Amino acid sequence: MISVKNLSKSFGPKLAVDSVSFEVKKGEVLGFLGPNGAGKSTTMRMVTGYLPPTSGEVEIDGINVVENPIQAKQKIGYLPESAPLYSDMTVSSFLSFAAEIRGKESTDVESAIETCFLEPVKNQSIDTLSKGYRHRTCLAQSILHDPEILILDEPTDGLDPNQKQEVRNLIKRMGEDKAIIFSTHILEEVEAACTRAIIIDQGSVVADGTPEQLKGKSKAAGLLSVSITGMAGSGILSEIRSLRDVTDVTELSSTDSSFKGKVHSSKKNNSLSEDVFNLCKDKGLLLQELKIEEGRLDDVFREITVADTKIDKESKAGKEEE
Amino acid sequence: MNALKNISIVFKRELKAQFNSMLAYVFIVIFVLLSMSLTFLLDDFFAPNAQDASLEFSFFRWPMWLLMFLAPAVGMRLWAEEQRTGTIELLLTMPISVWHAIVGKFLAALSVITIAILCTFPVVLTVAYLGDPDNGTIWGGYIACIFYGAGALAITCAVSALTRSSVACLIIALSICFGQLLIAIPPVLEYAADNWNGAVADVLGSLGTWSHYTEMKRGVISLANVVFYLSMIGFCLFLTSVVIKSKRA
Repeated sequence: MISVKNLSKSFGPKLAVDSVSFEVKKGEVLGFLGPNGAGKSTTMRMVTGYLPPTSGEVEIDGINVVENPIQAKQKIGYLPESAPLYSDMTVSSFLSFAAEIRGKESTDVESAIETCFLEPVKNQSIDTLSKGYRHRTCLAQSILHDPEILILDEPTDGLDPNQKQEVRNLIKRMGEDKAIIFSTHILEEVEAACTRAIIIDQGSVVADGTPEQLKGKSKAAGLLSVSITGMAGSGILSEIRSLRDVTDVTELSSTDSSFKGKVHSSKKNNSLSEDVFNLCKDKGLLLQELKIEEGRLDDVFREITVADTKIDKESKAGKEEE
Repeated sequence: MNALKNISIVFKRELKAQFNSMLAYVFIVIFVLLSMSLTFLLDDFFAPNAQDASLEFSFFRWPMWLLMFLAPAVGMRLWAEEQRTGTIELLLTMPISVWHAIVGKFLAALSVITIAILCTFPVVLTVAYLGDPDNGTIWGGYIACIFYGAGALAITCAVSALTRSSVACLIIALSICFGQLLIAIPPVLEYAADNWNGAVADVLGSLGTWSHYTEMKRGVISLANVVFYLSMIGFCLFLTSVVIKSKRA
């Protein structure tokens, strides 16, 4: 449904997006992750046809966004980053305007108002709305024509936890028969709502996969968390060390009668947990906790993106010269 | 067909926005009050020997100066506000072309200006009651006002696309309109003809708004005058689209 090929955008000498390619199919919810200024919004703006790309192509359901912008835009629902709205209008008159421009009826406006829980404020002027309601009004505008493609730039920004949950559920529900891209800073959101995630940093895609695959890239992934009692901590530690494939053991706490730590293994498989279990059984120890770590998305995020506070300017300049 | 529909949707929204903000009412009232008071207080309208029932030398002397303020005031928010609040991103990702938006907005603002101009109708009723006016000249005067207002508004449109600040737009557009008027006033043209050469004076005279306005208010709606205003409007709106597109490139 959405096909992005070698998309680049530069603003003057600054390369904001550098040859980004990805595809989103119907039924997919793609999470767009990345530090501030990584190029997420710029990429999304190019996909929606707001910004013309410097090079590369965007196709929406086979329609080139640059060549046939109006046809492409008809298929897209877009929630811009700061949820801009015409503050001189009321919620329902604004949504009627959006509906009219997209050739939709007032019944579509009513159902968007219902879906986004805007009933209590529908006759209120937009400039008197709270941030949460403003955001939902803009979201309602993006879904009222039931688009095949939804581009949501930080759809949960500024919402309270309940509203966040609602929007996530909404995205998940709509994702069943649409192609959705949404950007976020909240990593748990990706796990909760996305079928796939892309991490973008300094204008390039640095990781692409399902949330599980991405978590698997974490250094912590595959570690075994153990908590064992019934023997002096140091004894338990040396017993674990002697197991096959164990490369290292990180001690978290150790007492006269217990041990808690993380076991590193040269192989990421389940046989180690069996070995630990059997060790406890043979020695008569009590196994209180045994858990294979899945890895954490925020660890992966930190490992593969450069914090904007730490960007090594020299290495970047060197890369550009090449 | 689709283009007309899109333009009319943008037009309706923009017109509502103009009147929702109350500013449109304020501008219309100020315009009408000022044009009336300037006519009745500064001119010799009531002088015993006044014979200007056609209003050419009294009432229609003033709108040009007032429209120079009114048009930028009405048009300053057209694009500056869209850019300041970010709604331009919403508007331009809707399935309409930039041109639909530009024309719809322009026509909405022009409607406000036209309403303001037409609200001065009591002065026409007054002269019709008091004397025997030349209706052709009065129509010419109104047409001259509307064309002048449309030209000044087109300039404002282009300036508004350049900036996020309505106030900056107001000041810049007003200065351009004033400059365009000044280059064609008789003293400037005489100076140009005496000190440079006649060709320069001709160019200034045809580019400036003074001569076109004064000709039209006499009731001379010549093709040259109409073409002048239409090409100025077309050029400025084209410039608006270039600015809007190049800002995103």
